[in-house]
Amino acid sequence: MERLSEQPNQRAALKAAFPATVPVMTGFLALGVAYGILMESNGYGPLWSTLMSAIGFGGSMQYVAITLLVKAFDPLQAFLLAIMVNARHMFYGLSLLDKYKGLGKARLFMVFALCDETFSLVSTLEPPEGVARKDFYFWITLLDYLYWVGATALGGLLGRLITFDTTGLDFALTALFVVLFLEQWKKPENRPFGLIGLACAGVSLAVFGAEDLVIPAMALILAVLLGGRKRLCT
Amino acid sequence: MHLTPFQTVTIILAVAAGTQITRWLPFWLFPEKKDPPPAVLYLGRVLPAAVMGLLVVYCLKNVSWTAASHGLPELLSIAVVGLLHRWKGNVLLSIAGGTALYMLLVQAVFV
Repeated sequence: MERLSEQPNQRAALKAAFPATVPVMTGFLALGVAYGILMESNGYGPLWSTLMSAIGFGGSMQYVAITLLVKAFDPLQAFLLAIMVNARHMFYGLSLLDKYKGLGKARLFMVFALCDETFSLVSTLEPPEGVARKDFYFWITLLDYLYWVGATALGGLLGRLITFDTTGLDFALTALFVVLFLEQWKKPENRPFGLIGLACAGVSLAVFGAEDLVIPAMALILAVLLGGRKRLCT
Repeated sequence: MHLTPFQTVTIILAVAAGTQITRWLPFWLFPEKKDPPPAVLYLGRVLPAAVMGLLVVYCLKNVSWTAASHGLPELLSIAVVGLLHRWKGNVLLSIAGGTALYMLLVQAVFV
């Protein structure tokens, strides 16, 4: 009985979540297909690339991991590099401690598949009326995950057949982050924090360069936020 | 394939383990049953806005500001995303408009 009464709510949650994920679908289609093709051209067919996407789920690290798959076997380096490349995820968990409270088993998957895009949507959007938060955020997480895994498989299988020039299609993800930045900006109390994020990342990019930008930027953001807490929290 | 299937699976699992640690660490450090310290709650409240700023810069990290095109396709497209978003406030329209312009710029204008 409980299952039956839950059904329409799940459908409403999926209906609400899907439009929110369309930009992610676009960006992941471009980057996931490209990843499948790149793996294929390095000798790892669709089974391998899809397995990596399904288990190792994490766009930028998967691209880095290609370099690890074509040189001497070094799993420890792969492990440590994954921690460093993905360190920003720690901020996501910190921000979602409250939102992801009491979600039961659904939380296992929602944390497992917590990527940049899913975090951005979940932390910025509220579900429409009549849709439970848990269901809304769960569907966003699942859809984003399926786009990435599906696009990888597609790239590995059919990548070579694509004749349409997709150069620049991955800009959909940049545009998504810009829009979500603006959505955060709508609340005046968020503005100083948005600017702090931009400035710290900009400084870190200028000082440490594109490859080593993230960890110094995170440290700088933490230092500014914690150091300025009294002044920022009024 | 450069590695053996067994080595490949091991690399995949190593990547997954490292990635999962970064996702779970905050949830392990501050379990549901206990209330996190106020500083952590404060960070949880203010980090999303800061992270969006970080992600925007992260997406632009490989733009070369000094060499040809000088980041113009990126800046113009971001401006269009912002203007569309202010005008209509429709997330999909803002993103589709900006992305279409960017594709046009990098494929046909700044080549």
